[in-house]
Amino acid sequence: MATTTETLNGGIRLAASPSRQAVLAATDETYNDHVVRLFLLAAAVWGVVGMAIGVYVAAQLAWPALNFDISWLTFSRLRPNHTFGVIFAFGGSALIGTCYYVVQRSGHTRLALPRLANFTFWGWQLACVLAMATMPFGITQSKEYAEPEWFIDILIAVVWVSIGVVFFSTLARRRIQHIYVANWYYGAFIIAVGLLHIVNNLALPVSLTKSYPIYSGAVDAMVQWWYGHNAVAFFLTAGFLGMMYYFVPRQAKQPLWSYRFSIVNFWALISVYMWAGSHHLLYTALPDWVQSVGMAFSLVLLMPSWGSAANGLLTFNGSWHRLRTDPAAKFMVIALVFYAASTFEGSMMAIKSVNALSHYTDWTVAHVHSGSIGWVAMITIGSLYAMAPRALGRPMHSHKGMELHFWMHTAGLLLYIISMWIAGVTEGLMWRATNPDGSLTYAFIDSLIAIKPLYFFRFLGGLLVVAGMGVMAWNLWHTASDARKHLISPIPVPIPEPTTHQVPAPLPASA
Amino acid sequence: MAKGYKGYRYFEAIEKHAGLLGILILVMVSLGGLAEITPIFMEAHAVKPELGVKPYSPLRLAGKDIYVREGCYLCHTQMVRALRAETERYGGYSAATESVYDRPHQWGSKRTGPDLARVGGKYSDEWQRVHLKDPRAVVPESNMPGYPWLSEALVDPDEVQAKMRVLRRLGDPYSDEDIADARAAVAGHTEMEAIVAYLQGLGIDNVPQAEPAPAATGAP
Repeated sequence: MATTTETLNGGIRLAASPSRQAVLAATDETYNDHVVRLFLLAAAVWGVVGMAIGVYVAAQLAWPALNFDISWLTFSRLRPNHTFGVIFAFGGSALIGTCYYVVQRSGHTRLALPRLANFTFWGWQLACVLAMATMPFGITQSKEYAEPEWFIDILIAVVWVSIGVVFFSTLARRRIQHIYVANWYYGAFIIAVGLLHIVNNLALPVSLTKSYPIYSGAVDAMVQWWYGHNAVAFFLTAGFLGMMYYFVPRQAKQPLWSYRFSIVNFWALISVYMWAGSHHLLYTALPDWVQSVGMAFSLVLLMPSWGSAANGLLTFNGSWHRLRTDPAAKFMVIALVFYAASTFEGSMMAIKSVNALSHYTDWTVAHVHSGSIGWVAMITIGSLYAMAPRALGRPMHSHKGMELHFWMHTAGLLLYIISMWIAGVTEGLMWRATNPDGSLTYAFIDSLIAIKPLYFFRFLGGLLVVAGMGVMAWNLWHTASDARKHLISPIPVPIPEPTTHQVPAPLPASA
Repeated sequence: MAKGYKGYRYFEAIEKHAGLLGILILVMVSLGGLAEITPIFMEAHAVKPELGVKPYSPLRLAGKDIYVREGCYLCHTQMVRALRAETERYGGYSAATESVYDRPHQWGSKRTGPDLARVGGKYSDEWQRVHLKDPRAVVPESNMPGYPWLSEALVDPDEVQAKMRVLRRLGDPYSDEDIADARAAVAGHTEMEAIVAYLQGLGIDNVPQAEPAPAATGAP
């Protein structure tokens, strides 16, 4: 196994190069891919479930009769199931799974605390199932992207701390002295999301199914969007950048374009992001200075965002021909393009005068989905296609299936975001249009009538994306046939050449 | 190692020690939140007693929690921004004092339907009831779901009292008398009546020095 911690630009040698590794003998220690496979399976299932709910609620916006007057099928009860399902169930499973995969490979060590690692899998799945089963029945805090009630929040916090313990304990027993950059992002993801989750969800319960947050009004709004924005930053960005920094060099079969650039981008990204949350509250009753600070930091944020995207894309320099044959690489490249595009869009939308038009419209929905279907889902799918053959012990079942998935996903994504961009700008312009005498040109309902056809195209786009996910699930199911028959032999951990003062001491090679 | 990389050894120390890396990450991610949330948090506590806004009446409290339960915030904002087109459409821009008893806030982030911060008194109670049951009966082009089950369920007085006690622990000024009277105020009322009372008070009951509520209001 080659690793990505190879020779870096600037000649900093951080780990054994593949040629040196090739001569190393294997040990008795093997990688723990069992828990990785479980998370891979969960990600595929939740991806299909979460996105299918999204398509259903999108259809309700176009045809409201589909609410059927049944409380737990109603749009407003189900939308949190879509967002929680795709962000935390699908994204979370994919992130923790790849995190466990990457921290082992990049540290040349087996995952620490296997029982706790298994607990994190079942605990996370239980939290997801509980959340998805309670929210449609109105058991919700109504804090966007943090809807589950207090007892689920406590479970999430316990599981999250356990994930941190497994991750940092594995880092502590690594045999590569240098911590590879992907792990910094995974580390920041785990630390920051834990902090955000706990601070945002502080509440006093009334009963099992109802609680009140300790914050109210403007303070709650600030805390909520500090959380909401940084859930984007650390769940949907830092975590997936960790994925990107491991799997992109792996799939391009080249070292990272610039390791030093990744250092600068990392510290800039994690510190600047946390200031930008208030751009969700421009022109509101939040104090003006906080709004201005949020806008300023949002503009600064463009630099580390584009820096990370450029670093990933330039890693493919000299390796672009792989895009012709490797669907995983194709997913990754388009993911990076959409990462760059949606972070640019995000910074622009944080400018007060742009935000005055875009906020509260479907432009926000377009932006979110350009980031989530474009960046998050595509880097995840690319990484899953890269990781699955290794974790499941055989090549992907169908190459054509991956190609088909790529084109369905890309077409669905474009249909979705273009229709929502048009809808958003239409709403923004109609809401502010005035007659020469200063009165408003349109009633609110006029804007809804104008964009209704676009809600249909958005539904079609979503349908294409979820159908693509179905193709992926089918493909993974067949690829996993060896795993299901327990025919997979674990992959031995290679022993890197010992370095001076190595802690822990290198393992002896097996006979 | 080349001369240009001298400063790198400081980074090297971080990149080779997981504990140090973790601590520095925690410091860097804490700065923004501390700088922005702490002053607002302190300010909110300092101004609270002088607001002149009363906490929710028992029926409106029950109504607000139905608004939360049904997820109305996903399509309706309660935040009129300080922009001309908004004040023209909805009324005066929202102030922080209006939502001081909202746990959590209902400012929202998306307008699939119109803003509701000033909806109180705009429509009759009857219109609100019909509209909530079947929106297309009064607005044919609407894509809002119907909420017919609200007319069938009754508000639970015990639950409202339990909620008021918890809110008092969080600092909302409910007296023992307020909590004792809550039972009679909500008993026998449907969830529909509660949410209509809540909606009819928006922009009226939560505004400091409010004028007396108009006759259309169903709030006690």
